[in-house]
Amino acid sequence: MTANILEQVQSIAADILMVEPDEIGPQSSPESLESWDSVQHLNLVLALEEKFSLQFAPEEIDQMRTIGEIAGLVERKIGQ
Amino acid sequence: MFQRGDGSVSAQLRKEADSLLASDPPAAARRLAEFWAREPGAASAGFVVSRFEKLRGTQRLIPFRLAIERSFTVEPAIPLLRAEAFAAGIDLSVQVGNFNACAQAFLDPESALYRFEPDAVILAVETREAAPELWRDSAKLSAAESHAAVRRLTTQFRDWLDAFRRRSQASVIVHGLELPPWAARGVLDTQSEPGQLEAIRQVNRELGCLARDRRGVYVLDYDHLVARHGRLAWHDERKWLTMRMPIAAEHLIHLAREWMRFLHPLTGKIAKVLAVDLDNTLWGGIIGEDGLSGIKLGLEYPGAAYRGLQQAMLDLYHRGVLLAIASKNNPDDALEALREHPGMLLKPEHFAALRVNWNDKAQSLREIAAELNLGIDAVAFLDDNPVECRRVRDALPEVSVIELPPDPMEYARVLRECPLFERLALSEEDRKRGEYYAAERQRTELEQSMTTREDFFRSLAQQAEIAPVTEATLARVAQLTQKTNQFNLTTRRYSEQQIAAMTPEDGWRVLSIRVSDCFSDNGLVGVAITRDQGDVCEIDTFLLSCRVIGRTVETALLAFLAGRARSRGMRRLEGWFLPTKKNAPAREFYQQHGFQPVRQQEQGTLWALDLEKDTVNPPEWIQVTAREGA
Repeated sequence: MTANILEQVQSIAADILMVEPDEIGPQSSPESLESWDSVQHLNLVLALEEKFSLQFAPEEIDQMRTIGEIAGLVERKIGQ
Repeated sequence: MFQRGDGSVSAQLRKEADSLLASDPPAAARRLAEFWAREPGAASAGFVVSRFEKLRGTQRLIPFRLAIERSFTVEPAIPLLRAEAFAAGIDLSVQVGNFNACAQAFLDPESALYRFEPDAVILAVETREAAPELWRDSAKLSAAESHAAVRRLTTQFRDWLDAFRRRSQASVIVHGLELPPWAARGVLDTQSEPGQLEAIRQVNRELGCLARDRRGVYVLDYDHLVARHGRLAWHDERKWLTMRMPIAAEHLIHLAREWMRFLHPLTGKIAKVLAVDLDNTLWGGIIGEDGLSGIKLGLEYPGAAYRGLQQAMLDLYHRGVLLAIASKNNPDDALEALREHPGMLLKPEHFAALRVNWNDKAQSLREIAAELNLGIDAVAFLDDNPVECRRVRDALPEVSVIELPPDPMEYARVLRECPLFERLALSEEDRKRGEYYAAERQRTELEQSMTTREDFFRSLAQQAEIAPVTEATLARVAQLTQKTNQFNLTTRRYSEQQIAAMTPEDGWRVLSIRVSDCFSDNGLVGVAITRDQGDVCEIDTFLLSCRVIGRTVETALLAFLAGRARSRGMRRLEGWFLPTKKNAPAREFYQQHGFQPVRQQEQGTLWALDLEKDTVNPPEWIQVTAREGA
């Protein structure tokens, strides 16, 4: 995974979840961040789709459990 | 590839906004607004909203409470809407109702909707939820069933709106119903009675009628919005099925902006005058260099782009938005182009104020606002030159600067997209406003071209009609007594009922005066109320709208009163001048017309004219006609 994609995903997630960037890391998840509820999960998905011009399948959205997994998924989809 | 605008500029703005948050809140707010204009979207909305929330209390933000009752997931559009509103100076509190709970929200007086006490509510219902029979079962519906469905929906909307109005004065914005991308009967739909598309359109037409007949109800033409952006691209069927989110991520911003088109006029965040540049904005090229035959303007490419912008401006003019010019040019060149160029849709008479000179444009905009008697925050500025835009933005942060994209073919679209010119009602006065200001400008020009005031008055060719108050003019006469402050000798406020009670049997006379001149009809602009008691006629009220002050109409009206009083056998004409903070323009009025002070009291002075010895000479340049009974 390139650092660049992970950084961008972390930065977008920080904005959406309204936390400081240093509070977010590859292991961050809905369990570790209080503001990461289902509405914010949807907002995050939409922001990533918009920012990286891609579309997630419903199955993929269900699998997004951590920031690291999300960044990996984004990278795979961009590479396709 | 990931940035829509110039990524480095955006990143810089973001950093600056953060560093200015504490030290210079207004500058931070401007950076945030500019950042948002460059990077609108789900990713930046969280940042913009969270920073604006920190600026609360340091900025003059208009608080506004918005409730949204809906049948689909609107939550992702809320941060976009709030960022868009913050950037426009509006602090939105949003409450979203439960899915498909609109009926309960509107009909139950204890619902969360009413407890929220909104300033406005948006009713956003998808056709497939509101009218499943029209959306899904249309192919098998009989004509009667289809009509019944239209009636059911219309009745439901009417019941909800009327129930709401009984409990709340908040504005209501109702989404119209959307048409499906494919009609159930295919190409035959247009010939069916009624077809699926036609039935849904009928509901929308009925919604328009409901809104027209009710105060504070507006229809958002959702189908028109979707069509504008492309129906197939607007939808994301997968997100609908998994999250009840029917709108593709990239179009959420367009829904938020469509809502803003209503929130701008509802919060008063509107522009009243649009000041435009000329060269490369109103036409292509530079008039001072390319000349009248060299500038690009007309029906062909590329002149059609500029003509398109002019058409959009003309539409605003008819909406009551004033137009003005702020251009660095030789005035003769610019005016020749406006007057003579065959491709020009806008003529000099469409502009309420002209500043064609070599001055700083910020200075020109200040002068335009002052000339039109408007605050500087009522001004919007349109210029192709980014340097001028930046200069105005820095010098006059209250002015709304509308940035033009590099391609002139986009100009008209940018202007039409601007929510600052939206209006939710249009009075006759609004429609005529542009004409009135343009006539006023022509009068000023005429006055400046004349060597004496008398020559100016003569060339105006004013005509006055004096008439007793009638059923038709009662409302306007009462309104003038309530509104007129400057040329008003006694500032006595009267209701329609009070004026109607002033009868000739008790000696009362209520007269109105209409004035027109060679430029325009000014309408009913003055009122005089007199009362005869014994052989004294007392002027109870004498007032003139500021539109016509200083053109000797007041002398014509006073001369008329004196003449009529004398012919009724009155020996004296009397009138109080009661000073207020605002009526200084009328202070010398009686004195200038030969009246003598006869009584001095704390609240004012009583003046009198001896009708047996003295007279008031009517100005020879006003042609006065009296209606019967005056």
